[in-house]
Amino acid sequence: MATSSIDLTPLQRADRWRPAELAFWLLPVAGYFVFPDNLVLLTQIAITALFCLSLDLILGYAGIVSLGHAAFFGVGAYTAGLLASHGWGEPISGLGAAAAVCAVLGFITSLLVLRGADLTRLMVTLGVAMMLFELANKLTFLTGGVDGLQGIEMKPLFGSFGFDMYGKTAYWYAMGVLFLLFWAARKLVHSPFGLSIKGIRLNAARMPALGAPINARLAAIYTIGAAYAGVAGALLAQTTQFVALDVLAFNRSAELLLILVLGGSGSLYGAILGTIVFMSAHHVLSDMNPEYWQFWLGAMMLVIVLFARDGVMGGVRAAARRLGLEGGAR
Amino acid sequence: MTVLFDGIASGMLLFLISVGLSVTLGLMNFVNLAHGAFAMVGGYVCVTLLNKAGVPFLLSLPLAALATALVGVVLERTLYRRLYTANHLDQVLFSISLVFMSMSAMQYFFGAQQQPLNLPDFLKGQINLPGLDMGIYRLFLIAVSLVLAYGLQRMVSGTRFGAQLRASVDNPRAARGVGINVERVFTLTFALGSALAGLGGAMGVEMLGLDPGFPVKYIVYFLIVVAVGGSGSIAGSLVASLILGVVDVAGKYYVPQVGSFVIYAVMVVMLVFRPQGLIGRMTAR
Amino acid sequence: MSTTYALQTRNLVRKFGGFVATNDVSLNVEAGARHALIGPNGAGKTTLINLLTGFLAPTSGQVILKGDDVTGLAQHQRVKRGLARTFQINRLFADLTVLESVVLAVNERLGLGARFFRPIGAHQQAVREAAELLETLKLADVAHERTRNLAYGKQRLIEIALALAAKPQVLLLDEPAAGVPTTESRELFASIAALPRDVTILLIEHDMDLVFRFADQISVLVSGALLTQGTPDQIAHDPKVKEVYLGEAVHG
Repeated sequence: MATSSIDLTPLQRADRWRPAELAFWLLPVAGYFVFPDNLVLLTQIAITALFCLSLDLILGYAGIVSLGHAAFFGVGAYTAGLLASHGWGEPISGLGAAAAVCAVLGFITSLLVLRGADLTRLMVTLGVAMMLFELANKLTFLTGGVDGLQGIEMKPLFGSFGFDMYGKTAYWYAMGVLFLLFWAARKLVHSPFGLSIKGIRLNAARMPALGAPINARLAAIYTIGAAYAGVAGALLAQTTQFVALDVLAFNRSAELLLILVLGGSGSLYGAILGTIVFMSAHHVLSDMNPEYWQFWLGAMMLVIVLFARDGVMGGVRAAARRLGLEGGAR
Repeated sequence: MTVLFDGIASGMLLFLISVGLSVTLGLMNFVNLAHGAFAMVGGYVCVTLLNKAGVPFLLSLPLAALATALVGVVLERTLYRRLYTANHLDQVLFSISLVFMSMSAMQYFFGAQQQPLNLPDFLKGQINLPGLDMGIYRLFLIAVSLVLAYGLQRMVSGTRFGAQLRASVDNPRAARGVGINVERVFTLTFALGSALAGLGGAMGVEMLGLDPGFPVKYIVYFLIVVAVGGSGSIAGSLVASLILGVVDVAGKYYVPQVGSFVIYAVMVVMLVFRPQGLIGRMTAR
Repeated sequence: MSTTYALQTRNLVRKFGGFVATNDVSLNVEAGARHALIGPNGAGKTTLINLLTGFLAPTSGQVILKGDDVTGLAQHQRVKRGLARTFQINRLFADLTVLESVVLAVNERLGLGARFFRPIGAHQQAVREAAELLETLKLADVAHERTRNLAYGKQRLIEIALALAAKPQVLLLDEPAAGVPTTESRELFASIAALPRDVTILLIEHDMDLVFRFADQISVLVSGALLTQGTPDQIAHDPKVKEVYLGEAVHG
């Protein structure tokens, strides 16, 4: 076999953890000590970041535009919530159940979502989410309807760490789950499967001509995305011990889209950065009149779509280029 | 029977608002989730004219339509135009941002409550037949919508502008090649679609209510009409709107505990079996 | 005796509503052939390629690949059986580098496309194979460039690389030199001509110079139907063919 003159190291090193990444993942540790009174907020940021990560997998990487991703978040939340409110309060298995239910739901809906062009897909994802919202709204005996699901009691994590009102256990629990699932997603996107998913997004028509079964691949990534979103929802139910009806609302799906674009889709870190920026801003400006908040949110989205389409990650990459650093993990 | 009548009225209203979305989607392949916001603007203009300026109802309606058309033209020329070639995700994000901005603006100026609307006396009341109660306002609504639907169809198939519109939908590049000013066709069509939405929003205050949440509450319905009827098809929008109106009203009357679930389920099923909609063509994207 | 044919169609028909794009085409491509498909614009050549690859389903008729009826098989299944194509207009992965694109294609051939744990770089065989393919097509110097940043001629080579990555036994080329300046198209064709004889090539081309130098069999498609087939010499002297092209020159 002739040896090639091409330098293969960029490809072979593509999945190495960069120093910036390692530094980034020290933030959760730092957060515990720097913001001890804001652990609840930080936990919610982690949960939303995981939710946004799940959308990045199906949208940023696979190119599936979904207006109803909240469907899986909500189903995950209700699954874990119902388990816990009916006596099964063990946290990790609650997550597992939520992931499993959402994976099944994701797989079934993927069969619907794969048909048709963009608008059809949008409508189907939206329709499924709205159907579930109406179901949850009407099945009050099960979900608590508008009042929400209450009576969730969590057993201690690993049998020893109780969920206290200071939120310490919840904090490490959420951060731990986020990191583990992030690590797995990162492996996924750097694998041949991940590359083929990117290929589908970049040129879906070419992939079958290369021998790739695109429907099977898309169904797989959609199922994984659904499971991730389900875990995020389950975390919400377990850490707040409450499930509100709005976990399934259109606003949640729309807002998630905004967050992902704010951070920059297709990089995993964009999902997390976008969440941090968005939720911090929301927290700092929470005294602001909600009308102002929504207005400026809309205006900011407009500016991003028109002028800064790659979001925060786009800015980070541009800065890295200017400083002569290696391009960020993609 | 009254249920059927009310459903038809509801459907015609939906048609009025949604037909503009159907045509712009079919024409410009632009996913405009902000379409409900145009209807909302028309509603607020009408209510303001009626309640604050004392303009008679029958005059407020066309004025509201006109105002909305103006807003549509301005937005089309400045913003929408930039995103015609963008992918659908960007268009979705863009239109959601417009929705947020319009909703919060309306709430700021008008408050979050429902807007009261006083119909003129001659539009109040009912005609009572055995087994069928026809609200006079609903009759009025159906009549106006039918006239507009007919006029729209005639315009699209019978006039020169209609021919230019159809050419631009079929093949923008070829249309430009034969000298059609496609950009102007887009702007005029967008204005027309916005005008109809504004009119629908104004006429719908009586039946659907009006508050700042209007665009989000009803956007799904408009999208269902377009997706099921097929984008770019006037006849398809009409049929889909009527079906949706009747199913929605009947559903809420006979099985209120199920609510809107049926609508969404029917839509999903329809889209699975006919991704291109009932009558519309499959867009090449 | 269909086993000597790498690719065949039997009475292949494709209608779009009332319009007959492919009209009862029975084409035979011998194994190892350099077979060209020519015809005036709108004759349905790309449609035929689309039917052969499974991009389009026929209204009636069959597609036979290496003796097996593949009419019911999806595109990716036919690729697995050794059939690959290039597109008339490049269908590339704009944001991927050249090397990444070809690795993607090689992964699919090696059945690695579903592997989700180990990173791309760890699958040594695929990466090395992709690198070698780039060398063969003289794309080595742009291996780490984003596809969108390259000149059209280079992109056209990538288009071919993607098809070759599948190590096809039958290769369908849809106007490979289209849009490529003449100086570069010679190089392109040299790469194609250098392919081993156990790869059967069916090629659509408009450049008659290239066709007559490259092909050993030529089929002429007119208005969706096969007018005639023969060696370059036979075709060059066929009065029917001259009429088709001359007729076009008179009217066009």
